[in-house]
Amino acid sequence: MRHLMSPLDFTVEELDKLMDLANDIEANPEKYAHACAGKKLATLFYEPSTRTRLSHEAAMLNLGGSVLGFSSQDSSSAAKGESVSDTIRTVSCYADICAMRHPKEGAPMVASRHSTIPVINAGDGGHQHPTQTLTDLLTIRSLKGHLDHMTIGLCGDLKFGRTVHSLIHALVRYPGIRFVLISPEELRLPSYIRSDILDRENIPYEEVVRLEDALPKLDLLYMTRVQKERFFNEEDYVRMKDFYILDAKKMKMAPENMYVLHPLPRVNEISVEVDDDPRAAYFKQVQYGVYIRMALILTLLEIEV
Amino acid sequence: MINNTLNVGRIEEGFVLDHIQAGRSMDIYKYLHLDKLDCCVAIIKNARSSKMGKKDIMKIECPIDFIDLDILGFIDHNITINIIKDSEIVEKKALHLPREIKNVIRCKNPRCITSIEQELDHIFVLTNPEKEVYRCKYCEEKYEGNLK
Repeated sequence: MRHLMSPLDFTVEELDKLMDLANDIEANPEKYAHACAGKKLATLFYEPSTRTRLSHEAAMLNLGGSVLGFSSQDSSSAAKGESVSDTIRTVSCYADICAMRHPKEGAPMVASRHSTIPVINAGDGGHQHPTQTLTDLLTIRSLKGHLDHMTIGLCGDLKFGRTVHSLIHALVRYPGIRFVLISPEELRLPSYIRSDILDRENIPYEEVVRLEDALPKLDLLYMTRVQKERFFNEEDYVRMKDFYILDAKKMKMAPENMYVLHPLPRVNEISVEVDDDPRAAYFKQVQYGVYIRMALILTLLEIEV
Repeated sequence: MINNTLNVGRIEEGFVLDHIQAGRSMDIYKYLHLDKLDCCVAIIKNARSSKMGKKDIMKIECPIDFIDLDILGFIDHNITINIIKDSEIVEKKALHLPREIKNVIRCKNPRCITSIEQELDHIFVLTNPEKEVYRCKYCEEKYEGNLK
């Protein structure tokens, strides 16, 4: 029995297989409409996360299965002091697979050690969010046709953004990847990621402060939110924030095939005027999130269609 | 002047830990959980050493499968372990960094699941042998403390 704790749990070959399955689901949804009939997904969400929970639930419902679960700690037995290991032992009797989100880092791993059903880590604090990374990879591969030989711009909060860190971990396994890291000084990619991953793997990268400076050379732009509270003072925030707002004017500087991704929710870092640009791929990304989760559920349940 | 010579008798079966950094023997006593074992332990502090100036030595009389000494590799590579049987040294054990350390050091990350679930083992995994980096098995936070 397999679980998904980190995007690196799958080899590159296994990921290819998973993404092939997701693309087949996209092309032939009716073929998979009853693949999980009689199976149940438990969504154990100890903190609210509407998008991730609904995406998992939609994935299971699309496969003909059913869902049960809770969407906050208050409505679970954790409020009475139940341990994660006891909860998962109990839920293992109710469901065939589960997706767990927990504010504490490592909670899904604890669950996986006591579970008799596959556990999907649906986000544990600032640690891992593997299904987001799988979503990002599927979106990139589906739109660009490949995951190798690309210049990828990562923009915004590169210091605290776990989606960016996970994506870097996942992408450096493909040849010919280079990064342009676009962030204010305060929110630069942590040095341990630069030294332990990029330098160690000899991945070319450059760091720039202004989005305009990076746009013309990118094959793909991954936007994240720059939060006001991350800055030391208001003045810096006001000075910097416009650097990281993508609008129609900036999009004119980007190549015609440079897709824009964003893990969402966005606040104001992508102007709504960009939504109509054919290169805006962040809502397609949401759809791909459902396909990859469908593929993941089938794979972990070892169901072949 | 104080004469730093002390004689401690031979042991039949057990371990002699030599070249312990002076003053660290009580820490090792704690990390090896020797307080929980019903065995004879001699701790010699500040013994003269031509190599180290001063050093600590421990003699532990117990069956040799009683103690997991792997943790010593994490505490100090330079400790020499002599395994004694029938009052003779039968093996000198080389120390390596253990791949996993259980319940010796604690994860200090307040966001880690171990911070709220007290019954969980605190497990650290060696993730970078060159830089001697250990990370929490659950949250992958780097251990920043210093046992050495």
